[in-house]
Amino acid sequence: MNLFVQGLLWVFDPAHYGGMNGIDTRTREHLAISGLTILIAAVIAIPIGFYIGHTGRGRSVAIGLSGGVRALPTLGFIAILALSLGIGLEAPLIALIVLAIPSVLAGAYSGFEAVDPAAVDSARAIGMTEWQIVTRIELPLGLPLLIGGLRLASLQVIATAALADYVGAGGLGHFIFLGLQTQDYPQMVAGSIMVVVLALASEAIFSILQRLVVPTGVTAGQPRDVRARSSRSRTAPG
Amino acid sequence: MTWILGNLPHIGQLMLAHLAIAFPPILLSLLISVPIGWVANRYRWSRGALLTVVGLLYAIPSLPLFIVLPVIIGTGLRDPINVVVALTLYGIALMVRTTADGLASVDVDIRQSATAVGFSDRSRFWRVELPLAGPVLVAGLRVVAVSTVSLTTVGAVLGIQSLGLLFTDGIQRNIPEEIWTGIVLTVVIALAIDWVIVQLGRLVMPWTRVPAAPTRRTARDGRVAAMA
Repeated sequence: MNLFVQGLLWVFDPAHYGGMNGIDTRTREHLAISGLTILIAAVIAIPIGFYIGHTGRGRSVAIGLSGGVRALPTLGFIAILALSLGIGLEAPLIALIVLAIPSVLAGAYSGFEAVDPAAVDSARAIGMTEWQIVTRIELPLGLPLLIGGLRLASLQVIATAALADYVGAGGLGHFIFLGLQTQDYPQMVAGSIMVVVLALASEAIFSILQRLVVPTGVTAGQPRDVRARSSRSRTAPG
Repeated sequence: MTWILGNLPHIGQLMLAHLAIAFPPILLSLLISVPIGWVANRYRWSRGALLTVVGLLYAIPSLPLFIVLPVIIGTGLRDPINVVVALTLYGIALMVRTTADGLASVDVDIRQSATAVGFSDRSRFWRVELPLAGPVLVAGLRVVAVSTVSLTTVGAVLGIQSLGLLFTDGIQRNIPEEIWTGIVLTVVIALAIDWVIVQLGRLVMPWTRVPAAPTRRTARDGRVAAMA
């Protein structure tokens, strides 16, 4: 437990802030890598997920793909990419995007699938176009599950981004790897604590966001289904 | 192929080390999660509390956990036990929720009928609720197995023996073949254990063997499997 305290003291030591290798810089790097990953993964996966959710086509492909990605060891994926792309940001970025896509995809299509078919049929019956059904019925009603997918992806990416510095991409993992090389246990523990704190912060922010986006019409007068969350596809952190 | 052929004993040894780390967490997470999941599902207060706690376990990234855990349990940094304990915690994080959901999915009518025909609480759990929740448990355990096998490789960063050492060694010595070997073997082991779990599930739950025609029930089971 003593080492744990030393790790905490390391985090709060003013000498470890500022400059290229300061905690502030490395935290910004970590957030930048994670944010960029989620952004790119969302741009790729959300439209595809909406397409799958709206049409019901390609669902089994998406599920198979998610299972396959889960089996893929991220460290090996980063390593093989780094050998061809070189040391730096590209290899971990690509690996993290591949890791994030299944969660976002599952959130997007399961959100659409969770929408009551009667609501969609009613919308069609009153003359809404398919585009209107997507943007005004399925999207708002499916938003909590989409945010749930982004939440899971964000957790996985922040966790796995700790491996990014293995190929020199920076981030909070830098303290872990530097600590490993120099046998500096407090620094390793400090890096670990900071990654955990970022991951928990991401969970907290997204869980609040998830509650905020539920349309008021849905929460009014309905008993809360305790099992609704289980439709989130869960995969392991990296 | 030359690298593989020249290093077959080494690869075999790493595979065994990998299995030795990955297997216990899969089994332990099932054994530990069923009672916790039962408690979580049994009382109104415990569901939210327990599921939140195990959900937080899940938010702890693996590499930091491998480093912080030895500080807490008093092992060495390069002790494989750390990885076993960490992966068991992840397995529990996933399986407790799955167990609670699986038990909650048992129809209230069925539970009441079981009580009505004279099952005690204990035998109702073992002979009615648990078997009916079985397919959900199997689906959850498959996810645990695949991600456990994959996460075992991360320990290599700390020098712990597993197929992950092929990644760290391969990148240091610039041998893509070595890294590919590690990736392919990890995926193969994951799929093999997944297959074994499916077969064991069919063995102990013969009623889940899918009939030829897609009935409503099999469609639902498919959905359950997809959800997990």
